[in-house]
Amino acid sequence: MSKAKDVLLNPLFNNNPVALQILGLCSALAVTTKMETAVVMAIAVTAVIALSSAAVSLIRDHIPNSIRIIVQMVIIASLVIVADQVMKAYAYDISKQLSVYVGLIITNCIVMGRAEGFAMKNGVWHSFLDGIGNGLGYAFILLVVSFFRELFGSGKLFGHTVLPLTTEGGWYQGNGLMLLSPSAFFLIGFIIWALRTWKPEQVEKE
Amino acid sequence: MAKDTAGRTLLIAFLLCVVCSVLVSAAAVMMKPRQVMNREMDIKKNLLRAAGLIPAGETAGHAEIEAAYAKVEPVVIELATGRRAENIDPETFDPDDPANLVPIPSGKDLARIRVRSKYAKVYLVRDGGRVSQVVLPVRGKGLYSTLYGFLALAADTRTVTGFAFYSQGETPGLGGEVDNPRWKAQWPGKTVYDDNWRVNIELVKGGVRPGSPEAGHQVDALSGASMTSRGVQNLLIYWLGEDGYGPFLKHFREEGGAV
Repeated sequence: MSKAKDVLLNPLFNNNPVALQILGLCSALAVTTKMETAVVMAIAVTAVIALSSAAVSLIRDHIPNSIRIIVQMVIIASLVIVADQVMKAYAYDISKQLSVYVGLIITNCIVMGRAEGFAMKNGVWHSFLDGIGNGLGYAFILLVVSFFRELFGSGKLFGHTVLPLTTEGGWYQGNGLMLLSPSAFFLIGFIIWALRTWKPEQVEKE
Repeated sequence: MAKDTAGRTLLIAFLLCVVCSVLVSAAAVMMKPRQVMNREMDIKKNLLRAAGLIPAGETAGHAEIEAAYAKVEPVVIELATGRRAENIDPETFDPDDPANLVPIPSGKDLARIRVRSKYAKVYLVRDGGRVSQVVLPVRGKGLYSTLYGFLALAADTRTVTGFAFYSQGETPGLGGEVDNPRWKAQWPGKTVYDDNWRVNIELVKGGVRPGSPEAGHQVDALSGASMTSRGVQNLLIYWLGEDGYGPFLKHFREEGGAV
């Protein structure tokens, strides 16, 4: 039981895929201007990692070594297409906002990394939990980044006005940088700083 | 190990491909009707919003959209002549059908879209028999993306009744402000042609000076988004001009509000 708990919770802070392994940054920059898109993206990525890890783990004893990467790729790509189709059918407006980034989950290194690094060596249940855990670790970063970007960039949270913007007749002058991609780099940098101050063992040796 | 023989490798690859392709095609086929409906509803919703037939901002239900859409008549026209294309069914018309695409000469391509269909689907909004608004789909390049929108004109074909983009990928907060309701609220009442029916619409930096003689042809440019503003202005000039809907709108006026 404790192993299950470990694989589920470790990726959240101790081995965060974004903050420690520095993976999945592209989409973390692209979909975090609003919390709504960040939440949906996090759910989609979590579902894809969990299911692809479980599927890879399920057939891991049958995957020929010479084609294992492409086998993982095919499984991941199929799941991403299914996720994209589901979103187009049931969450059309948000899938329009996420545009190409849903399709680009295929290239998210976290998914591939968990399939190759964990699911190839572990059982189905643990691989599934590991996928959920890494998805949550990714979600954690996305939510924190999008919280600050949406709040200080457009004065809103989940589309509801918190700080009324001067352009809308309020008092808050929106921070344009927050709406541009580089701000996500700064915010992720701050998160990494905070995490490593809290857990000094994450600091790389000089 | 037995699993690494060539035959076994091929077998696994084959089985995996079969399973995955069944999964993907099943998902695509099963969800297609819902997706098509979503897409149509989305276009109708944006069209109705531009024409002011449903309130902007709020989420309109399917029934509400269909009820408002009952006033709208889609018509396919041939852009060069401005006449109705009788042999094309508006229901099945595809503006991206490669058979109808023609390149736009680079000198005329203000909207920077390179190709357009010979035909276009426009929408007539009827109020008790008479056409009260004409809604025209427009598109053109901004800074990063192609902006897609609807321009609604009153029956005089020169007064804007509404203008909104339904798809754009400009910088959020800067060019992305084309979606800002306060910016869009400036459009209704503006005049897009001068008295000699030349296109006259301008996005001005620094804001429109109220009371200036040109104010009726001017809209505030978006601050911090010169390229997007210029793109919006150019796409309007293109689509309202001779290569765009100019002939259609002329014909419409000459027929006294009919196609």
